[in-house]
Amino acid sequence: MLMRRTLLESLTHGPLTEAPPARDDAALAELAASVERAARRRLGRSLAIREVDAGSCNGCEVEIHALNNAFYDLERFGLRFVASPRHADVLLVTGPVTRNMREALLRTYNATPDPKWVVAVGTCAKDGGLFAGSYAVAGGVGAVVPVDLHIAGCPPTPTQLLQGLLGLLEGGSAA
Amino acid sequence: MARLTDIARGEPVAGHRPWPRVRVTPQTWRTLANEMAEGRATLLGLWGDAGAVHMAVMGEEPRDIIVASLECPGGTFPSVGALHPPAIRFERAIRSLFGLEPIGAPDGRPWLDLGFWNVEHPLGARTPAAAARLAYEFLPVEGEGLHQIPVGPVHAGIIEPGHFRFTANGETVARLEERLGYVHKGIESLMAGTTIARAAELAGRTSGDSTVAYSIAFAHAVEAALDIAPPPRAQYLRALMAELERLANHFGDIGAICNDASFSLMHAHCGILREFVLRAAATAFGHRLMMDCVVPGGVAAELHAEGIAAMTQMLTQLRQRFPRLVELYDNTASLMDRTAATGIVSAALARQFGAGGYVGRGSGRDFDARRNLAYAPYDRLDFTVPVLEAGDVNARVWIRIREVEQSFALIEQIIAQLPDGPIAVAVGGGSGEGLGLAEGFRGDVLAWLRLDAGRVVRCHLRDPSWLQWPLLEAAIEGNIVADFPLCNKSFNCSYSGHDL
Repeated sequence: MLMRRTLLESLTHGPLTEAPPARDDAALAELAASVERAARRRLGRSLAIREVDAGSCNGCEVEIHALNNAFYDLERFGLRFVASPRHADVLLVTGPVTRNMREALLRTYNATPDPKWVVAVGTCAKDGGLFAGSYAVAGGVGAVVPVDLHIAGCPPTPTQLLQGLLGLLEGGSAA
Repeated sequence: MARLTDIARGEPVAGHRPWPRVRVTPQTWRTLANEMAEGRATLLGLWGDAGAVHMAVMGEEPRDIIVASLECPGGTFPSVGALHPPAIRFERAIRSLFGLEPIGAPDGRPWLDLGFWNVEHPLGARTPAAAARLAYEFLPVEGEGLHQIPVGPVHAGIIEPGHFRFTANGETVARLEERLGYVHKGIESLMAGTTIARAAELAGRTSGDSTVAYSIAFAHAVEAALDIAPPPRAQYLRALMAELERLANHFGDIGAICNDASFSLMHAHCGILREFVLRAAATAFGHRLMMDCVVPGGVAAELHAEGIAAMTQMLTQLRQRFPRLVELYDNTASLMDRTAATGIVSAALARQFGAGGYVGRGSGRDFDARRNLAYAPYDRLDFTVPVLEAGDVNARVWIRIREVEQSFALIEQIIAQLPDGPIAVAVGGGSGEGLGLAEGFRGDVLAWLRLDAGRVVRCHLRDPSWLQWPLLEAAIEGNIVADFPLCNKSFNCSYSGHDL
């Protein structure tokens, strides 16, 4: 059967998964400044992530999707995406926050139990980026919820995303 | 067959290219609406301006396109949606953004304005918003044993936000009503008064997964307005980027559709193919998604030998791996059981809405802007446009499969024919109006703009999803709720592109 054959071939051909990227010192510095050490120690080496598109163009989303592909394989680091904020440790937020998404983002943040971190992804998420000043935009993610880490890029590549997210884990165990 | 310029007689506007723009009377406006309602013309777009509305219409003859403009003294205009349903949401958006009132419109509810802005009619009078936010009335549904399921705006996966209000009878969907606008960023407002370069960046970030298609449509509009032509080498490089974008998205979609039927093996393998494409794009053009690589006047960066080698290597890998995945899709009966006869869009609806892309072509509508509008370099390339009749999820998967195969051939031809020469012409600070179209992976992207001394006065962008989102509501009717992700993924409409 073709499905079985395809699966078996994947086992014999060897993985495409690449080595993890080098540590991002800037990200670690930002995390050290913003995240309380005791809280980080509690969570061990696994993080559940809830992604929230608060207004992005979808560019960040497609690169976040790539984190789950065979090359980047996010789950081997103990990082995984969850369907509900109630299951999450981290909110991964993209986009300038549109005024239309402000309430939804706040509700999602409030539904996430403590301790939690917010990672703002992309240039727009930092300060609204190209969309700053629009009547329809509230600002960067930090204008609506507290942000622990910014990952820059338009969009950030999966490697840049991984560096940022691994920094969260490293920050957690370094304490 | 009469051309639209015969039907829509009016005062032609000088400096509008490449198709005519005419100022019409309310009577002629209604005549055009009637042509569309009776199936002799297709609505390409309908948008507002300062004290006026514009409608882009396509006739039955090849390349018969017209922009009809109607002044709105008194702030009203005859509703096109009253005769022709595809216009309904456009008019709701015009009303919300501009405050222009469509007389006789069947649906008076706001669209894109969810009541969260500090202003009303932001592209019109821009008055302070009312203090109290009126509750949105979803359409009523009557019947026994019906319950509502609200989904979104935040969705369970890594996906854009939107609201879906289901009315279900047990597992069966009695009605789906969409409420969109959550990622409205006010792009058209940001574009007004800005430079061409800045507006190009904004256009490329209207729908990030279609940044190349949007950049090409915008560039076409600017070049038409200024009556300049990009060099041939740039046209070929744009097409190369467009085909890479098409491949990357089709691979992602094919995998994601299968994943929503729990067939994650296809998703994993398609994800590998998508990654091959993005890496080759990064090597060749400096950015995985190729943002800011297409600019008005040409392309931003040269394609060197290393890039061509990356293209060739990518094609070898894709041609080697893709046929097995097609075979896998075709031979997995349990997967076919989910995708066949699910989420059917009728041919009549596809035709009425002028639905493009795999949504239209999967339901018998034989339109592809690359062939029908024959813009360079596609007029010199050999390719076929796949069309299927079944209109189900399966048909939309097969259209993508066939388009992937066509894109392989197109990329090979582009590399073989790539002419030497400059990669851009100067844009300058001229004035004019232009209409541009480009075939993105979802369908035709439309860009219309007015330039004055090198600045954008008004730019309108129309995502192909405007003519597809409503059809999703029709497609899901009678299907089970659990098949919604499958249907939705098979459409993969843009939220950000739609919301602007």
